[in-house]
Parts: sequence; C-alpha cells; structure tokens
Amino acid sequence: MSTSTGASTAADFDVRRHDSFGLRLQHALHANPVLGPLAVLILAIIAFSIVNTRFFAAANLSLVLLQVTVIATLALGQTMIILTAGIDLSAGAIAVFSSILMAQFCVKAGMPAVLALLLGFACGTAMGALNGMLVTRIKLPPFIVTLGTLTIFFSLNSVVSNSETVRGTDMPSLMTWTGEAIAIGNFQLSYGSIIMLLLFGFFFYALSRTAWGKHVYATGDDVEAARLAGIRTGRVLFSVYTVAGLLYAVGGWILIGRLASASPNVGTEYNLDSITAVVLGGTSLFGGRGGVIGTLIGALIVGVFRNGLQLAGVEVVWQGFAIGTLVLVAVSLDQWIRKVKG
Amino acid sequence: MTTQTVVPVLEAKGLTKRYGRVVAIDGSDLELMPGEILAVIGDNGAGKSSLIKALSGAVIPDSGEIRLDGEPVAFRNPMEARAAGIETVYQTLAVAPGLDIADNLFLGREQRRAGPLGSVFRMLDRKHMRSEAARHMSELGVATLQNIGQAVESLSGGQRQAVAVARAAAFGSKLVILDEPTAALGVKESNRVLQLIRDVRDRGLPVILISHNMPHVFEIADRIHIQRLGRRIAVITPSSHSMSDAVAIMTGAAPAPDSTGYPQDEG
Repeated sequence: MSTSTGASTAADFDVRRHDSFGLRLQHALHANPVLGPLAVLILAIIAFSIVNTRFFAAANLSLVLLQVTVIATLALGQTMIILTAGIDLSAGAIAVFSSILMAQFCVKAGMPAVLALLLGFACGTAMGALNGMLVTRIKLPPFIVTLGTLTIFFSLNSVVSNSETVRGTDMPSLMTWTGEAIAIGNFQLSYGSIIMLLLFGFFFYALSRTAWGKHVYATGDDVEAARLAGIRTGRVLFSVYTVAGLLYAVGGWILIGRLASASPNVGTEYNLDSITAVVLGGTSLFGGRGGVIGTLIGALIVGVFRNGLQLAGVEVVWQGFAIGTLVLVAVSLDQWIRKVKG
Repeated sequence: MTTQTVVPVLEAKGLTKRYGRVVAIDGSDLELMPGEILAVIGDNGAGKSSLIKALSGAVIPDSGEIRLDGEPVAFRNPMEARAAGIETVYQTLAVAPGLDIADNLFLGREQRRAGPLGSVFRMLDRKHMRSEAARHMSELGVATLQNIGQAVESLSGGQRQAVAVARAAAFGSKLVILDEPTAALGVKESNRVLQLIRDVRDRGLPVILISHNMPHVFEIADRIHIQRLGRRIAVITPSSHSMSDAVAIMTGAAPAPDSTGYPQDEG
C-alpha cells in the first residue's frame, strides 16, 4: 500500500513539475520576449566559437556587425510597422531607391553632399508616408499596399539610375562616410554601425517611454480598443510608416558606405531579410508584442549564423536553410507564447 | 416639491436617429438623476445601443436635444463626450491586452514628466501614473491585483472589467455609461463587478447601465428605463415592478404603466 502511494505521489510530483517548468518558461518568455532570441544568439556564438576559433576574433565579430548594419536599420523601421500588426514589403526598395537618389543628386545634379543627403532622407520619408496614406486613408491591407509600392519603387530605381551604378569614388566623401570605421583594438566599428545603434537607442526610448510608443503598441494590440480609448489610430499608423520611410533612407545612406557605391541592382533580398530579423527578434506578426532590442538581436542572429556557418565550412546554400528553419521556430514559439493564460 | 427642482445630470429629449429607412431611435427621452444607477433595458433592436451611442458621442443624432447638468451639449465624437465628463465602458472593453494596468488606465491620457524631460523628451511619468493607478484601483476596492505593472491579458475577465470600470470612474467627472459589463462573466465575478458599480455610484458618480441580465438589473438599479421600438415607453423601479412585469413591458406583452418612476412622481 504504502509503496504504491509513494510511487503515485512521486509520479504526480514529476508530472506537476514538468508542467510547471513549461508554464514558467512560457510566462517568462511572455513577460520578456527578448529572452528567447538572446538565448539563441548566445548559444550560437558559443557553438560557432567552438567549431572555429577564428569566429570569436575581434576582426570577425566586427565583420558580423558590419554585415548586419543595413538590415538592422531597415528592420528597425519594419519593427514599428509590425508592432502595429502591419508589414512593409517595400523596406529594401525604399532604402535602395533613396541611395540612388542621393547619389544622383550629388553626381548628376551637382548638389552639395549635405543637401543631397537631406533630400534623399526627405524622399524616403515621403515614400513611407505614401505607404502610410494608402494604409490609413484608402484602408488597404499593408501587405497589398507595400507589395504595390515595392514594385513601383524598384521600377523607378532603374529609371532614375539608368540601370547604372554610381561609384563611391565619384561621390563626395560624406556619402561614403558611413563605411569608414574607428578602430577599437582589432574591432572595426563603422560610423554606419554607430548611427544604427544610436537609432536603436532612440527608438527604444520612444517606444517604451513616450505616449506615442504606448499608442503604437495599443494600436497593434487591438485597433478598435485603442480607438475607443481615444487614440487617433490613423495618425499613429501614418506616423509609423512615415518614420519607417526615413529610417529606410538612412539605411540607404549606410548602404552606400557599405558597398562604396550606389547600385540599383542590390537589395532585392533586403525586404524579406528585414522581416526575418524582426521575427527572429521575437516581435509578433500579429502586432502589439515585441520591441526593437529583440530586432537588433534578431539581425545579429542572422549575421552570426551566416558568418558562423561559413567559417564552419558549411556550403553557402545551407545558410538560407538554417535561417528559414530559425524563422519557423521563432514564429511557432510566438504562437505558443501568445496562448499564455493568467 | 424640492425633488422637482433637481436637475438631471443627463437629459435627452426627442432623440432621433435613422439609418436610411431604418429608424433606430424614434424620439427617445432619457433622464439620469444625480447619484443613481439607471438601468436601460430593451429587446434587441429597441434602440438601446443607438441611444447610448448618441449620449456617448459615438453617433450623432438626427434631431433632439441632450443636456448635461441642464446645459445643452452636442457631441461630434466620443472624445468630446469624454472631455465633457461622460465616460463609457464599451462591451468590447477597449483595453489593450499587451499593456499593463497602469498604461491601460492612462491610455490616451498619458502624463508626462515635469520640466524639459516631459516637454522636450516627451518622457512619461511612469512612477506617478503607476501610483495613481494603484490608488484608483484600491479606492474601488480592487486590491486583489498583485501588480499594477501586470499585463492586462494575464487578468481574468472580471479583473479586466474592473480595470475598465476603474478607468471610467477615475476620469468620468459627470457620469459613467456601462454597456453589458457582466455579459461575459461568471457568477462570482459578476457579483464583484456589480459591487464595483455600486461603489462608483456611492462615490457620487451616477451610472447608466445597459444590460440584458434582469437579475443583475433588478439587483442594483435605482430606476429602470425600458426602451421599445426606438422609444422610452416606461421607467419603473425594482420595488414597483417585478422582473416578469419588466419583460412583459419590454416585449409589448403588457401595456406600459403610467408611472414613470421619476422621483417627483413618487408619493
């Protein structure tokens, strides 16, 4: 008798403990969506460092950061749009088009670099505002709107650039300044990366410490509830798409420094890569959950995997396979986390 | 005699709203007296929600008059009604599940820090908002919530309702409108929310309560406004009529009584 009771309580205890661990994990991830991506990033860094000791060298780490800088900047704008339960397929197109415009303003129109840069930013902002207007005024789904503008911007790219690449050496130095770096030991920190990190800091603050940020989350969480609470949700959405446009244009400037040129033939993969970074960072595609710190981690995960797999001698074709798998895991995890019960 | 001089907090006269050929409200009246809970009941399509939307600014009536404390008002949107002191708790609750209790209480009315931190950097005064939120919640006796920084989605239905009611009570200076506050709740949580509504009234804020739940209406209403076919056809009190009387009047099975349930008509 006593043994069987003992066994059954032990079993019960085991089951309960197993459940509560899963639940506790679910709650922890729910309260801190950054935990999951951060764990993946740290584990990946440890694993790749073991596989190839060159991975953790300062020179290689600075290369990883450099490689993710443009995508991270685009993903920052993308994060805010996805937080409102939207999506922006035109992020890369706006970035590349802005970079072409800046280069053309300098080289063809002979404008001073500062003016060309500011005009490029203004054009990117306007392109974002166009997306925002179509989403809020005509009330089209963001997916369709940005699919349309993506196609338009890519086509305008070729028109404006004449399908020609402008070399960095033909441009004023301000245009390629983002590609220059300051050395911290063996670690090369580019000005583009510094700009990107400052922007992440700024928008972390704006999203978590200002009313505008609360309204972005509330709008993405439940747009009708936000409206009934007195938030002008149309205005919030418009501001998000517009700000994202500006960020893409800044990404375009960083892109010129990174490639030391302005080319219409790059960046087709940037649109989806920016979404990948956001999703890997734990921001929910259903809106209202996540944040920019996760996105920075998500972008770094992509960079670490691509670089680490390469150093591990894995063929390039398998990088996409690995990252695609990570995306599916991340989205499944998000679904599980959202089912959390009080 | 003195009761006749009491000015209703909210008074609507001859409100009409048509949607094309459909008449949603057909010259409906409503009076809300100071310090009372006025229940509004009616069958589906009786014009309850259109009437309430007209009072809360969500719908602009085609004709008729609304007076707040005796002064004529015309709301073009819910924000104007809110600015005038009318808070509405919608059936859909209008809370953002991902935000915490304090954020939800101040949603759309966030307070910024004093000085340049607030005016230049737009920094929210989170500490102040949290302590204020905790104060409002405990004033209404909602002390069971462990943490004011808890996300609303982790709360039960009744606790969410409590957050919404607390928000309305905290910011409503004239009256609070509650649309089906107990519809989605269990027995225990319903009782808790009904007590919350009484607390709001006892703090001096009159309440308009829309509900289908007759036992709840008869439990807490001071007067019951019965809406039928776009009009108010009777006002009764829980002591003057039974639940079955109310249902009969509401559905047209019984004629509307002469008594209007107004304080001045009693005695």
